[in-house]
Amino acid sequence: MTAPVPGDARRGDAVRQSLASFRREREADWKAFEALLARVEKRAPRTLSEEELLSLPLLYRSALSSLSVARATSLDSALIAYLESLSLRGYFYLYGARRGLRQRIADFFLHDWPDAIRDLWRETLVSVALMFVGIGAGAWLVASDKGWFDAIIPSGLAAGRGPDASAEMLRSMLYDGDNGFLSGFAAYLFTHNVQVAILAFALGFAFAVPTVLLMLFNGCMLGALFQVYWAKGLGMELGGWLAIHGTTELFAIALAGAAGMRIGTRIAFPGELTRMTAAAHAGRTAATAMVGVSVMLLFAGLLEGIGRQTITSDVTRYAIGTGMLALWIGYFYLFQVVRNGNR
Amino acid sequence: MATARRAALATMRSLITPEGVDLQVKLADAGTRAAAFLLDVVFIATAAIAVTMVALFGVTGFGTDRLQPLFIVWIIAIFFLRNVYFIAFEAGRRASTPGKRIIGIRVASRNGAGLSVDQVIARNLMREIEVFLPLSIIAGRSGMGVADTLTTVFGLVWALLFALFPLFNRDRLRIGDLLAGTWVVEAPKRTLMEDLSARKDPVAKTFQFSHAQLDAYGIAELHKLEEVLRRDDYFALRAVAETIGRKIGSTPQAHDARPFLTAYYGDLRAHLERKLLLGKRKEDKHQR
Repeated sequence: MTAPVPGDARRGDAVRQSLASFRREREADWKAFEALLARVEKRAPRTLSEEELLSLPLLYRSALSSLSVARATSLDSALIAYLESLSLRGYFYLYGARRGLRQRIADFFLHDWPDAIRDLWRETLVSVALMFVGIGAGAWLVASDKGWFDAIIPSGLAAGRGPDASAEMLRSMLYDGDNGFLSGFAAYLFTHNVQVAILAFALGFAFAVPTVLLMLFNGCMLGALFQVYWAKGLGMELGGWLAIHGTTELFAIALAGAAGMRIGTRIAFPGELTRMTAAAHAGRTAATAMVGVSVMLLFAGLLEGIGRQTITSDVTRYAIGTGMLALWIGYFYLFQVVRNGNR
Repeated sequence: MATARRAALATMRSLITPEGVDLQVKLADAGTRAAAFLLDVVFIATAAIAVTMVALFGVTGFGTDRLQPLFIVWIIAIFFLRNVYFIAFEAGRRASTPGKRIIGIRVASRNGAGLSVDQVIARNLMREIEVFLPLSIIAGRSGMGVADTLTTVFGLVWALLFALFPLFNRDRLRIGDLLAGTWVVEAPKRTLMEDLSARKDPVAKTFQFSHAQLDAYGIAELHKLEEVLRRDDYFALRAVAETIGRKIGSTPQAHDARPFLTAYYGDLRAHLERKLLLGKRKEDKHQR
């Protein structure tokens, strides 16, 4: 072992001194940044004064530059870890690109939602077509053999409706609302339908196969029900009963299916993108559409729970149903044209 | 130790800020995320039970004529808990649910840009098929009394397939993460700790080390030493002091372990930092 070299120790001390002063001089900035971050993460940025708000990006850059210096010159791993976590928090906050809540809601209704739905037009067509195929198949199956009705519609849902029910009973189902429980029923229908829609969306992940089946089966149930009423000469009446909320609800479920199909097909055929990026792109469009779908289902639930039970005139029912459908189509597909014309 | 470092590196991802600094995010591992999710489930279940209790008390208190508004409130509340809990919290400023916050992780966009609301929605709607669907299949079947072994097994396989999905890809992505373009990273809150080499210790001043003694170790060992000193466990300090003392040919008294290590840490760090400044990074003791 060699004897201690005084000169060497002194040179080491000089490095130690300069790093200590680096920390001493910057520490106040770090602490200030940390305190500010803690405040803005808890409360809205509105609570900051203008001066504090302006100092945020400056303090962030100061923390980043400190991190670079520390990484290059310091071996204090606790210090580097602290600066890394501080910079990361600052980065997430400052580059979070957040819009205000009101702005975000306005953007959603003005741009994001109709844009997403328009973007899905091809899948929507397929989804609607599948539903019609399902309706046709359901009606044809029940017409050829009554036994199919029980196979297609679960007995709990049928509630006595069936090929063997009398015309009077079927009619009473269409016009007698059980008035006691209306709005509760609407809330229940809304949550139930949203879960079905989410399922149609989420199952699209498996290359869209389950979503296609779900759409077909949904149509099948409708077709089977329709055939039963049609056979008793109540087809028009059932149409009114369904139309008042069904145009909104079925359209919403078709859109949810379209969103699911978009994801499934993009994963199967990503095109020029990598599979992951394609999935991520599709996922974002589809998610926006899905929020819109739940808004539509809220309307459908209200119409079904309240409107259908209190309005018993066929003409009004048809009018409301068609009106709603026209409203949605106008909003999704024509709204853009009008806005462009105004610009 | 090499394998340990490689395992740690496997979960590090570079995140380069517009300022050009690589922030090096660490992906949360599957166990951490499962723990956070379980915490959230506990919160949701507690809230659901509380809401139901309040509704039941409301029914007995107001009588059955107020049943309907209570029923509506109950249904909406449960719906919100199931679907909106995750979305609302993750769309917030901290991008994490209470469970994630406690564990110290958050959701981030994979491309480094800001996390948008539709990403949060996409990743959370997929939870429906990952968790709730298999559960409701099993629950529904057993409710009808037709839960045979086959459906239960099918449900479990399905659930496991999705639950274990994060284990089968490099980035620990859930299906929802995959679709939304997000991942979950560690975002612990750290406090600034004291600078060990600035520690004033009268006994430590008596120790002097030669150039050769300081050359015995590298940066990896320095960081281990820092860990030991910060943990401040008497027996660990003594064992480490003995090992270092043997290696550099200096034998401190047993009760001097802490000041000895403090002194050695300070000098070793200054020595290595000086080398660093001169452009030589000595990673560990094997490097010459």
